[in-house]
Amino acid sequence: MVAVNTQKLFSVTLRVWRQSGPAQPGKFVDYPAKDLNPNMSFLEMLDVVNDELAAQGIEPIAFAHDCREGICGTCSCTINGKPHGPGKGIATCQTYMRSFSDGDTIVVEPFRARAFPVIKDLVTDRAAFDKIQQAGGFITARAGSAPDANALPIAKGDADLAMDAAQCIGCGACVAACKNASAMLFVSAKVSHLGLLPQGQAERNRRVLAMVNTMDALGFGSCTNQYECSAACPKLISHDFIARMNRDYLKASFRSAFKAAPANTGGGGA
Amino acid sequence: MNLVRNLFGSSIGRKFIMALTGLVLIGFVFGHLVGNLQVFAHPDKINGYAHFLQSLGPVLWLVRIGLLVCVGLHIWAATALTLESRRARGSESYGVKTWIQAGFASRYIRWSGYVVLGFILYHLAHFTVGVAQADTYKTALPAHTLTSDYHVLGFTVVPAGTRVHDVHQMVVLGFQPPLVSLFYIVAVGLLSLHLLHGMDSLFQTLGWRNASWSRSLRTVVTLLCVAYFAASLVIPGAVLTGALKPAPAVKTASAQ
Repeated sequence: MVAVNTQKLFSVTLRVWRQSGPAQPGKFVDYPAKDLNPNMSFLEMLDVVNDELAAQGIEPIAFAHDCREGICGTCSCTINGKPHGPGKGIATCQTYMRSFSDGDTIVVEPFRARAFPVIKDLVTDRAAFDKIQQAGGFITARAGSAPDANALPIAKGDADLAMDAAQCIGCGACVAACKNASAMLFVSAKVSHLGLLPQGQAERNRRVLAMVNTMDALGFGSCTNQYECSAACPKLISHDFIARMNRDYLKASFRSAFKAAPANTGGGGA
Repeated sequence: MNLVRNLFGSSIGRKFIMALTGLVLIGFVFGHLVGNLQVFAHPDKINGYAHFLQSLGPVLWLVRIGLLVCVGLHIWAATALTLESRRARGSESYGVKTWIQAGFASRYIRWSGYVVLGFILYHLAHFTVGVAQADTYKTALPAHTLTSDYHVLGFTVVPAGTRVHDVHQMVVLGFQPPLVSLFYIVAVGLLSLHLLHGMDSLFQTLGWRNASWSRSLRTVVTLLCVAYFAASLVIPGAVLTGALKPAPAVKTASAQ
């Protein structure tokens, strides 16, 4: 089936959050976006609007973007109250203007959470995710020549599930969608993607404890099991990973409490 | 100790406490309901049952304290998590925010919780302490003499002829004011709604839920909640409609 490829141009009104800096108060400003091609991406539309703003001597709208093919997790924006806009399983960069109709008012805001402070307009600082990753999102591997392929048997189901979790692009839509600004979907994807594989077992307990405790310390909220996160996720990461992380965290907490500690080493327990 | 910190200080630990205390309280409300349904049998049943529970002495207090601790921890965890989550959301709220798929029960869980807490307090004042509606409290009513033995697991725990408090009469008279009955019906309705999200959630929090059986879990939880509501509705409902009347009083002296 071929979609109707209309080229009929249309116009919308953008209601955009403008904020000149992290400490400055922000507000919504309306801009007309005229003669849009329905096959433009949302970001291309912002480019066109920005060209016009620049020509008028108005500061262009700052927005984060990079690959524009849905794999880098840089683009954000809450569009009409939903992170990444109306589509299911797509990022802002792959949201097309044909999702909207002539005359619409489109409200564009940054992802909002205390842990994601606004830098400017629609750009937020999501370095908190990097800090969580640094706390435990790694494995220990022998450096040097690459190991033989398939030297380590991994059940197909586990490999597939790990790949599902690894699809997370770390964009932060889960946090933006959650009424509690909880990062549990992100953290659970990262914990599970390594914890499901044999290579990730050595740090499994330490990883989940460190990542969850870092998440809490950075000021993310907790999970209320409403699953808005997985519904907003551009990669449709399942909230089943949150259940898996909960189990892993509790297990690791009990294990680390009752595990024998080595007598004369400085750390590395859990 | 790290374990204590992880359980009481971390987001997942607090959710775990919420789930475990919730599980205990779910067990209690279902058991409590089954016990209460004896009101539809001969008054000997519920009166013997109530006398048996009262006669447990220290065990009864152990259970009561355990339940109070669970309620306390459940409320503490909910409050701590809610305050943290509010802080996490940040000072600037969305201009437009839509719900994508969150259910009604989950969105109003805090409000159903408030009403349930109010209901528990009234319920204790009404039937346990006897402060509310004191004129129909069991100690103000004539005693009931059991006409048959009351058994638990085949053992006679309260023999026939024992003079006990007339709990049957207290329940029936207690529900006769329509406002009281309506409040009970609304409160158990909201409790059922609370359980609709809570029962489902506890499986997720304990890590026992996944896509392969989440639909069946949801169905079972929904059926349990509907059954709970229907069975709870029946007692005040039967009194209101007159289907459940005070037993013809056996005129004896007042109980102590």
